[in-house]
Amino acid sequence: MRSLLERLFLPAFANQWLDARHDSAVMRIGAERIAFTTDTYVVSPLFFPGGDIGKLAVFGTVNDLAMAGARPLYLSAGFILEEGLPLAMLEIIVASMREAAAAAGVELVTGDTKVVDRGKGDAVFINTAGIGAAADVEISPRRVQPGDVIILSGDVGRHGIAIMSVRKGLSFETALESDCAPLWQPVSALLQKGVDVHCMRDLTRGGLASALNEIALDAGVAIAIDESAVAVCEPVAAACELLGLDPLYVANEGRFVAFVTAEHADRALDVLSGCTVSAQPRVIGTVGARGDAIVEALGALGNPRILDLLSGEQLPRIC
Amino acid sequence: MKYVDEYREARAARRFARAIARVTTRPWQIMEVCGGQTHAIVRFGIDQMLPREITLIHGPGCPVCVTPLETVDKAIAIAARAGVIFCSFGDMLRVPGSERDLLGVKAGGGDVRVIYSPLDALALAEANPDREVVFFAVGFETTAPANAMAVYEARRRGLRNFLVLVSQVIVPPAIAAILSGPDSRVNGLLAAGHVCTIMGMDEYVPIAERYGVPIVVTGFEPVDVLQGVYMCVRQLEQGSARVENQYSRSARTDGNREARRIIGEVFEVVPRKWRGIGEIDSSGLGLRAEYADFDAELRFGVGTLSAEESAECLSGLILQGLKKPPECPAFGTRCTPERPLGATMVSSEGACAAYFRYRRTVMASGRAGALKTSVV
Amino acid sequence: MCLGIPGKVLSIERGDLPRARIDFGGIIKDACLAFVPEAAPGDYVIVHAGFAISRIDEAEARRVFEELDRMEEIAESKEPRG
Repeated sequence: MRSLLERLFLPAFANQWLDARHDSAVMRIGAERIAFTTDTYVVSPLFFPGGDIGKLAVFGTVNDLAMAGARPLYLSAGFILEEGLPLAMLEIIVASMREAAAAAGVELVTGDTKVVDRGKGDAVFINTAGIGAAADVEISPRRVQPGDVIILSGDVGRHGIAIMSVRKGLSFETALESDCAPLWQPVSALLQKGVDVHCMRDLTRGGLASALNEIALDAGVAIAIDESAVAVCEPVAAACELLGLDPLYVANEGRFVAFVTAEHADRALDVLSGCTVSAQPRVIGTVGARGDAIVEALGALGNPRILDLLSGEQLPRIC
Repeated sequence: MKYVDEYREARAARRFARAIARVTTRPWQIMEVCGGQTHAIVRFGIDQMLPREITLIHGPGCPVCVTPLETVDKAIAIAARAGVIFCSFGDMLRVPGSERDLLGVKAGGGDVRVIYSPLDALALAEANPDREVVFFAVGFETTAPANAMAVYEARRRGLRNFLVLVSQVIVPPAIAAILSGPDSRVNGLLAAGHVCTIMGMDEYVPIAERYGVPIVVTGFEPVDVLQGVYMCVRQLEQGSARVENQYSRSARTDGNREARRIIGEVFEVVPRKWRGIGEIDSSGLGLRAEYADFDAELRFGVGTLSAEESAECLSGLILQGLKKPPECPAFGTRCTPERPLGATMVSSEGACAAYFRYRRTVMASGRAGALKTSVV
Repeated sequence: MCLGIPGKVLSIERGDLPRARIDFGGIIKDACLAFVPEAAPGDYVIVHAGFAISRIDEAEARRVFEELDRMEEIAESKEPRG
């Protein structure tokens, strides 16, 4: 995916915003700084413990805005529906979106719907684009500095495992739910309390390891983390053992990493602990020198290893 | 998780490492047979906790890695056929065949499904009577009873659309082949705990005697591997060559009687080719004649497919413990998990994949240097 | 070779093949008990490819750590006093 970006899209549309390579583009329109982002949601199955594609489509885009330090304001939604989709299913998804938009404090102001032939879409695909009011300060990989402290807002892996639990052929019972949630509240708290946040990234597909790798690459720095500092709840750990998955690579939808200046780390932890969605923040690592964009993790027995960007999904292993 | 966490606990691991250091007076080379043990060793840095005198050699215990290239090609040929639902454990999907892998077949429209248990394939056969459901029965003795049970049940239920492509191998003949090799430097062996949970420990007694090698049946967590190494070194220092059991919470001397029974009912011992090693007599399991109706090779006529290995791939030497992955010129450059030359780089139990994932390190954090592969 | 995971037997269903609901640290999945027919609710079993392959012997499980304690006692007793 990344190479498609590098080889085709970025060269074709090169400009200062794409070069910043962050979740949202921040631009000036008149006197206002506006953040603008888009994302498309193709999750399967459509419904999973803790949410559905509609909820994801709203919170995911809201979070892309929040990660740039922008207050999410307005969303658009484009639907691609497979012919024959039961109306009742769509109604549930739309209700989810309404609820999610209310929870995130955004309004859905424009949209579009297309119907495609049966077999051409996985029942529902949703694209959402979002506009937000950007912060005065730039928050992006460009601002990451050697010595920055990396804070993770909570435990990892709930979303990915919740999805797996309802996927055909690998199903298992669990009380686990997706951690899908809007992240503007903790971000806003950090900004209000004057925490010097350089960069943030929400963990999505590819998990913590992917988010760290992307920032390392975009910022041109090395990153080192302590694996024991990354919280993993027992059912996620157990599911990962069962399926042969690495929790550091499992998807999330309501967690983020914040790169803050070292002097503000304690303040950041304090602020984050006061918000429900980031109630258990932890310092997990630091930014190393500029140069090779390597992400290294120290294991439980004191052994270091490199966390690569994985392409494709981890295949559940048996043997 | 109970019975996992306590065997990964750092303090207990370090205590065993110190115990090993206390009894070691000479250099010893110990081979761990099972890919799961290799994975744990590389992932948790167990070899790095041992005294310098102890070298761990990685053995051939990765059934995915030793599945011959032509068998992978047969699987691909079958999976690409219309009407077939091809079921496999996840590990096999990215193993390179001569031209593509099973994931490529799936991308091209083939119905390839990852399953967790052979019983899932059986259920698919019952639910899809108009399709042929083919299960890729790969594994060592640990998986053999499950695979056998699926075939046994298929016959008992009168299913005509359930077939298996068998790639079962058994461990003791491979161990003997490796120990008798002229270049073998193996002094002691950690046998595979789950293989022995099924088969028991008797088969290893003549091997220990003939080659004068202590064999310790060992589990898969750091504390297990370290205790296994300790027991092995203690024997080596005493000059003994017995079979001992570290994994006694699961493996018993006689193994699992019901499991052995179903293996004997459905399978018979046959010669098998091990990818990278060659054919080893009596080292595999094949379907008995009474179960020939379930043999996918016969049904689809793919029995005579043959293939040539990549000349560059060293996985054979790696599986025999004669080379370590970083010693391969292609390691990490022309051969990576994304573009593997051989199965040892694809399978998560393969030594090359384990080294690629866990063993490349940089200098102390804060000073990013050039990527170093640590050659242990 | 053998991704075998320990889990606790919650309940058993007799049928064509005996099956059990197994609790792996909060994840519940079925497994076939054909090879460990004596397993009872509350027992821990090792599960591989959807089949239980052994019942965990708790005493042997503890012995690993008892051995560790014993070894260290012996080692300490051998150290020269001084």
